[in-house]
Amino acid sequence: MTVIHDRPSNPAAGDEDRPIGYGRIQRKEDPRFVRGQGHYLDDIVLPGMLHSAILRAPVAHARLVSIDTTNALAHPKVVAVITGKDLLGLKLAWAPTLSADVQAVLVTDKVRFQGQEVAFVVAEDRYAARDALELIDVEYDVLPPLVDARKALDPDAPVIRDEIEGRTDNRIFDWEIGDKAETDAVFASADVVVSQEVVYPRVHPAPLETCGAVADFDAVNGKLTLYETTQAPHAHRTLFAIVAGIPEHKIRIVSPDIGGGFGNKVGIYPGYILAVVGSIVSGRPVKWVEDRSENLMSTSFARDYIMQGDIAATKDGKILALRTHVLADHGAFNATAQPTKNPAGFFSIFTGSYDLKAAYCSVTGVYTNKAPGGVAYACSFRVTEAVYLVERMVDVLARKLNMDPAELRLKNFIKPEQFPYANKTGWVYDSGNYEAAMRLSMQLAGYEDLRREQAEKRERGELMGIGVAFFTEVVGAGPRKHFDIVGLGMADGAELRVHPTGKAVVRISVQSQGQGHETTFAQIVAEELGIPPEDIEVVHGDTDQTPFGLGTYGSRSTPVSGGAVALVARKVREKAKLIAGAMLETRPEDLEWEKGRWFVKGDPSVGKTIAEIAMGAHGTVALPEGVDGNLDAEVTYDPPNLTFPFGAYICVVDVDPGTGQVKVRRFVAVDDCGTRINPMIIEGQVHGGLTDGVGMALMEIIEFDEAGNCLAGSFMDYLIPTAMEVPDWETGFTVTPSPHHPIGAKGIGESATVGSPPAIVNAVVDALAPFGVTHMDMPCTPARVWAAMQGRARPPI
Amino acid sequence: MQIPAPFDYVRATSVDNALELLARYGPESRVVAGGHSLLPMMKLRLSRPEWLIDINDLYELDFILRDGNKLRVGALTRHTTLLESDEVAALFPIVRDAELVIADPVVRNRGTIGGSLCQADPAEDLSTVCDVLAAEAVIRGPRGERILSMSEFHRGPYETAVGQDELLCELRFGIRPRTGSAYEKVERRVGDWAVGAAGAAVTLAADGTVDDAAVGLTALGLDHLVADAAAVLRGRRPDEELFAQAGRLAAAACDPVADQRGPVDYKRHLADELTQRVLRRACARAAQMQEG
Ligand SMILES: Cc1cc2nc3c(=O)[nH]c(=O)nc-3n(C[C@H](O)[C@H](O)[C@H](O)COP(=O)(O)OP(=O)(O)OC[C@H]3O[C@@H](n4cnc5c(N)ncnc54)[C@H](O)[C@@H]3O)c2cc1C
Repeated sequence: MTVIHDRPSNPAAGDEDRPIGYGRIQRKEDPRFVRGQGHYLDDIVLPGMLHSAILRAPVAHARLVSIDTTNALAHPKVVAVITGKDLLGLKLAWAPTLSADVQAVLVTDKVRFQGQEVAFVVAEDRYAARDALELIDVEYDVLPPLVDARKALDPDAPVIRDEIEGRTDNRIFDWEIGDKAETDAVFASADVVVSQEVVYPRVHPAPLETCGAVADFDAVNGKLTLYETTQAPHAHRTLFAIVAGIPEHKIRIVSPDIGGGFGNKVGIYPGYILAVVGSIVSGRPVKWVEDRSENLMSTSFARDYIMQGDIAATKDGKILALRTHVLADHGAFNATAQPTKNPAGFFSIFTGSYDLKAAYCSVTGVYTNKAPGGVAYACSFRVTEAVYLVERMVDVLARKLNMDPAELRLKNFIKPEQFPYANKTGWVYDSGNYEAAMRLSMQLAGYEDLRREQAEKRERGELMGIGVAFFTEVVGAGPRKHFDIVGLGMADGAELRVHPTGKAVVRISVQSQGQGHETTFAQIVAEELGIPPEDIEVVHGDTDQTPFGLGTYGSRSTPVSGGAVALVARKVREKAKLIAGAMLETRPEDLEWEKGRWFVKGDPSVGKTIAEIAMGAHGTVALPEGVDGNLDAEVTYDPPNLTFPFGAYICVVDVDPGTGQVKVRRFVAVDDCGTRINPMIIEGQVHGGLTDGVGMALMEIIEFDEAGNCLAGSFMDYLIPTAMEVPDWETGFTVTPSPHHPIGAKGIGESATVGSPPAIVNAVVDALAPFGVTHMDMPCTPARVWAAMQGRARPPI
Repeated sequence: MQIPAPFDYVRATSVDNALELLARYGPESRVVAGGHSLLPMMKLRLSRPEWLIDINDLYELDFILRDGNKLRVGALTRHTTLLESDEVAALFPIVRDAELVIADPVVRNRGTIGGSLCQADPAEDLSTVCDVLAAEAVIRGPRGERILSMSEFHRGPYETAVGQDELLCELRFGIRPRTGSAYEKVERRVGDWAVGAAGAAVTLAADGTVDDAAVGLTALGLDHLVADAAAVLRGRRPDEELFAQAGRLAAAACDPVADQRGPVDYKRHLADELTQRVLRRACARAAQMQEG
């Protein structure tokens, strides 16, 4: 059993000033951010650095007839123009994706989506590079595009990946999990079966910092330094070694301060590779930074799942089984970030938080003429889609049974005593107490009062909706025997050094995009060793300075790297014990630990602090046999299982009956992420995720017209929420530690993004109940809500 | 960073100087006021002027001035200034209604009423406001000054009567007693352009019937006022039935196009719904002024 070290998280409590370990402390990284002193990729300026720009395809599907770069090369400031043909010569025209597919770095044969990379200009300054794009003459032979994923498998659909030998259709994969026969049997004998198509439209992570790179190839030493906006520097280094053929020890990847990732910065984009090629060709550093439109149109999108759901239950509301078929639009190249054996990521957690008799899902992935990706966007590898499906289906069932949606959920939760709980699709949920979280959330919301208020308002023709959603996430990928990305196991390393004066540096393999790693990981070391967090430097984001590991996404930093950091600190503590024994001339087994100090059992006045021991280790103490003169350690943590955070969300909306405008009036979020390290950081993650959820539920969508033109290429077209669209978040928590994680923590990064969209949509649908509406798809824009009120709700794709 | 095509830049020192510069640099020159419409278009390379003539130093065009029964507003008056002016809010509450939903504070701090009108984007809220208030536009050019009504000023989407070598200098609004006005907009998100919006101004006679009225629509495919609304409203006592009738007229008069903000039927419905709402509010305000 793990000890819980949670402290009351009331900021007014006063006992939390500078806790040595877990607790509410201000983020160590914030002084530089709030002073505008962060150092982002675009802040990097190297001597002699050149700039670049990418020419992108104006159409979605076209054969490339010719490219003429003569005029661009004649521009006085242009240094080089690189085309697909040049890359073919270097064997770099195609690069592997994160899903065992390949992606064109520059078009050689055919354009496959609007905004695809066609040519790369390197110039003395950014303005010249951009101007020169207009001097490149490209001739295209336009082909009919495939935009509608539902038509991707039609016999007459244009074949997008005709460069792959033997390919005659657009099917990427068919994947299934669960027992189909058993599930069908349960459905056949169930009292009640409800079916609903549920669409999660294509959205974009839209980090405020767009993607970019500065490549610096040192021809003399053969060393490549690549500054990149990446969430996974080590994985990128290995992939660059494999793709570009540069020996891995000659590659250094640096990920500076990152202005938001959300999964958008996991993959390797053509621009990164082109910056490297540009630097090799020119012999000078080359910077590439995409603009907003390029980011929205060409980099990894998220979701784009058309899910046909079926739910079976008894008439008194015992849910028996779930079944779904998913049509997944992966765009022109299959570049989804996912652990290798899971082409649909962790979608198979669609069984949610309920104790089912059977479950089955099948997923068909298809190519379309759209940007590739399908990345984890704050979604823990498609848990977002899974939770959205099940939570909509449960609401649809509640309506059918005429049951309260909260009550229906309470009736079907996995019970605390059932953990570890093996679901029907192969997951073993580590721990949970769902009912407690649900009841807390209902209490915070004043659920009964809300329902009363709603009934009164309905009498008056006012549209108020109450949405309930409960989610179980699966994060912290993952055990090496089950999970890898392109062959790299998903374990993470940590190195800890305690300097002679007792100050420490911990080096981790994951990379922060705003999550507060420099604080959280310092607090874990602080908790384990009793060194104040401000005396612990957290180093990350530079492959020359940190141990190997797969990076930050899928809420894995605390579940995986957090485990590594706790273990490396314990290793140091054990070593400190041996040294303390030598210093105190006692046997180590006679020593006892209190936070920050080893002392002699029964005689607490005789002991050594970590700082004294560190000085001893580096000083002249006669060390015991086999102990070297330092207080350092390193570990690689291979998590024994994933962790399963959960939460209960309740949303209240008001809908304007005349215009269909939705106002999110209240939102109560109760999260359980196991042990809570820094409650303020947790709340920050939750607030951000909830805001994200409002965006997806109410306004975000990447749409295409029939010609395949992307209609969301700017922030005027692709709307993201502002402070004006969100209520004051009301958060609460329960603590159910993970039994297998070294400190019981589960990860919180994506919980709110996963849990909030269904709560909001359920609330909107609930508000529209007087119109007979039982379902509507996101985004709930005024026009779409109004259409639903007219009985004309339509899927967005 | 989105990079516009190459251009040259010059700052005008006075209205006369701006007109001189426009004449000197010719058709490929453009004035820039707040820049919040022009610069985004330049960054997308949809607009490629060779010369930008910056008029932000022309403080002589940044004023709000009561002059008898007119309110004169300089073309360089910022959205924020209009929003914050209590005088404007008291005389023409429609302006504050509209300014509250135009873009966001960052845009409002720079964007100007002159730029808004000259941009003539079909979704420009202030165009409707000026139509409804029957504003006059004061334009100066090499041939002197002209004063145009709004119907003369507007020439359709992105087109106005302001010549390439001219400058919009001022808007003039007639102050009328017993008059109320209102504006309401539906947007997908704060700061977004209108899915649809409506504005109305109503003058009541001493007996409480409608003496004069104007209804305008934004982003709904109608460049001018809803023509028959005034005729229908005039002489009638404002009530729900009358608002509903005006709403139907507006829905019939508009000609919206389907886009990402919504389909035609929804936008037509908004013309109806929002017309009723703004008339209701404008009448209530006019009645209040009558009492006050
Ligand atoms: C994110 C965003 C959201 C917005 N949302 C809205 C909205 O919801 N509703 C809305 O109505 N507007 C909106 N706008 C537009 C905003 O109101 C602009 O400020 C306004 O349209 C233009 O004013 P400006 O002073 O910035 O003009 P500029 O961009 O400087 O100029 C626009 C055009 O007018 C010409 N021009 C400017 N001043 C004069 C003059 N005195 N004489 C002759 N020609 C002139 C310029 O040459 C140019 O062609 C938005 C803008 C942005 C960037």
